[in-house]
Amino acid sequence: MAMSLGFHIIFAAVGVALPLLMVIAEALWLKTTDETYRTLAQQWAKGTAILFAVGAVSGTVLSFELGLLWPHFMDFSGAIIGLPFTLEGFAFFIEAIFLGIYLYGWRRVPAGWHLFAGVMVSLAGAASAVFVIAVNGWMNAPTGFRLEGGKAVNIDPIAAMFNSAWFPEALHMTIAAYQATAFAVAGVHAFLLQRDRGNFFHRRALVIALVVGGSAAILQPLSGDLNARYLAREQPLKLAALEGQWKTEKSAPLRIGGLPNETTQETPYSFEIPYGLSLLAFHDPHAEVKGLEEWPKADHPPVAVVHIAFQLMVACGMAMAAVSVTALILAWRNRRRLKYWSLPDQTWFLRTVVLVAPLGFIAIEAGWTVTEVGRQPFIITGVMRTAEAVTPVPYLTIPLFTFTSVYLFLAFVVIFLLLHQFRQSPRIMRHRATGFPKNATEESGHAG
Amino acid sequence: MPADMNDFARELSAVPLSILLTLSLIFTALLLYAVLGGADYGGGVWDLLAYGPRAPQQRKLIEAAIGPVWEANHVWLIFVIVLLFTAFPSAFAALSTALHIPLTLMLLGIVLRGTSFTFRQYDSQEDHVQERWGRVFAISSVFTPLMLGICIGAISTGDIRVQNGLVVSGFLRPWLGLFPFAVGLFAVALFAFLAAVYLTMETEDDRLREDFRSRGLGAAVMVGVLALAVYLLSHEPAPLVRAGLTQRPWSWLLHITTGIFAVGAIAALWWRSFHLARILAAGQVVLILSGWALALYPFLVPPDISITQAAAPLSVLRPVLWGTGIGLLILAPSFLYLFRVFKGGPAFNPTDDG
Repeated sequence: MAMSLGFHIIFAAVGVALPLLMVIAEALWLKTTDETYRTLAQQWAKGTAILFAVGAVSGTVLSFELGLLWPHFMDFSGAIIGLPFTLEGFAFFIEAIFLGIYLYGWRRVPAGWHLFAGVMVSLAGAASAVFVIAVNGWMNAPTGFRLEGGKAVNIDPIAAMFNSAWFPEALHMTIAAYQATAFAVAGVHAFLLQRDRGNFFHRRALVIALVVGGSAAILQPLSGDLNARYLAREQPLKLAALEGQWKTEKSAPLRIGGLPNETTQETPYSFEIPYGLSLLAFHDPHAEVKGLEEWPKADHPPVAVVHIAFQLMVACGMAMAAVSVTALILAWRNRRRLKYWSLPDQTWFLRTVVLVAPLGFIAIEAGWTVTEVGRQPFIITGVMRTAEAVTPVPYLTIPLFTFTSVYLFLAFVVIFLLLHQFRQSPRIMRHRATGFPKNATEESGHAG
Repeated sequence: MPADMNDFARELSAVPLSILLTLSLIFTALLLYAVLGGADYGGGVWDLLAYGPRAPQQRKLIEAAIGPVWEANHVWLIFVIVLLFTAFPSAFAALSTALHIPLTLMLLGIVLRGTSFTFRQYDSQEDHVQERWGRVFAISSVFTPLMLGICIGAISTGDIRVQNGLVVSGFLRPWLGLFPFAVGLFAVALFAFLAAVYLTMETEDDRLREDFRSRGLGAAVMVGVLALAVYLLSHEPAPLVRAGLTQRPWSWLLHITTGIFAVGAIAALWWRSFHLARILAAGQVVLILSGWALALYPFLVPPDISITQAAAPLSVLRPVLWGTGIGLLILAPSFLYLFRVFKGGPAFNPTDDG
């Protein structure tokens, strides 16, 4: 299950974000009548199609797997959190319908409708992610029911859906999806642009990807701050685990690095910033932060895993934010020099963009580890332990093995197909569009 | 007979409206999945069985016909699952435990079918690559409805036993038998028939259309043979459903109507009244599934889980119904638009290709 989810989260993130890039490209085509953008939209649409198909089937697998692997979890919570699942089903439906129109309708529907279909695909993709995160939020912060003799009574699905974790989690994850996908796309186009300097196709692509990814990367720390403050208030155990905070203390420091040790209950080898954690979690340098000692050991998540995953996520986020700021500065310097905004295309910059390309997805996986492993040993915080929820079917390893192999195979094929698409990416060398930097045009002449 | 009818009406009116509405939503989604998504599987069957000089064109036609719509059609299944576990959680838990193995196999089929179809489109256009994906697509298109039918057959046997919310009938017995297998084959034949009938409307090329007309007639014979086999086999393993199919007040009316639709679809196909054949074939599938669902009533998983037992509390059903209602306001026009754009005319004529 974790494996399926681990894959699904990536397919889904790309499925949410790639349509946005595609729609931006198409809108720019309609606005500028520059055919490069149209080609770009069609190219990204192919990627969207591949990932949506995989996302659709892996989503089906997941909806079944919930029952196949966690029948007791579903029996208990199906009724409570079915509403967001149902709404997600609708969002998914809308996405499938309009994607069909988008992919096969280039010549069948008018241009405006076509763009509208693309917008619907990208909105519905985001909406389905937001709805599904409501379920995860509920697992972290269960509400909307009362426990009576192990059974949920007085169920209020609306309250369950609008659980306190929903908004911070959904915001964080949606931005993350745009960020990770846009950075990965930027990396690919930067790599190809390096080898084929004058190819306008890649320049246009890189600009769109960097603008989307960069805005997301700069906004993300803000949403991270929101999440940290939320955790401090509502899920202090998780916060303590991800910060490696064993003791309850005032003016808690922020630990960077470090390896939490379960036996000594310390987090050695870390660099501590005084007052840092209190400041971040409560915006008050002297606030008290609860440590892991407040909870029985049986309720602790694997602290080391959570702490390291958290550090990894933050590090990736910082690196991407730094690249984004750099890109902004470089583009602004271009503007001062050339009197208009233009893509920074220094080799070292393109190389950096290639290097940070996978960081978004690493951050998503790490962040997902933080929220999921950070909730262990519970599947529903404080209500149901993971071990109680699992299916009684024997030889569980067989379907697990089968699905893991299937997902590995899918991941392999998707990567292969996307590479195939990239290899076939068009070369658009000469361009009549105005406002393009002189040196690049010279370069393109040179390369051609 | 009228007394029976009254009993049934009284029974039905005892079930809260929210439960009935939710149930009919789930059932409608299942019908749409069978009538629309089922034909997509049937298309895969004909891809597998494509032969003769026009085999490549047949495959092209199938691809063009299902390409724009299969993903949307497929979501009806997800919809069924999600509504089932939201509104009838204990039934969902029981089914997913008892039918763990065939459901898992079906999922595998779904994954392979969907991805191979898409991958075939976007992978290299060389023949051997295309053929490899095509083969996976075609085989999984047969395998998946087979498993779906087996699950439906297994539910009908009444062998899934549940005590105190736990499945006690094991992981093999309910589905590993001749009867569920026959139901599985029946599902494959029915979907193949449906697809052949639809495909006659997807091209203006006479020869291609005739190809699928004759395939449709062949499949109709298979459907008939397998229907008889299912009926004969049902005696031993599925007494409950058999009783439901034969002894309820509506039984004969339903059978006669289904029969009229079936014969009518074949006749329409024979006389090349393709538009009518399409309507009758879809109607036939609707009637068959309705007969099955009515035979199960008042159970969801006979004989231990009834509809009212399994239903989530009304406080859950109401928001789900509201959510679904609002969702349908957006969904229905979009879905109709999709079909208007792509099903308003032929999907593929060999000359399109150039």
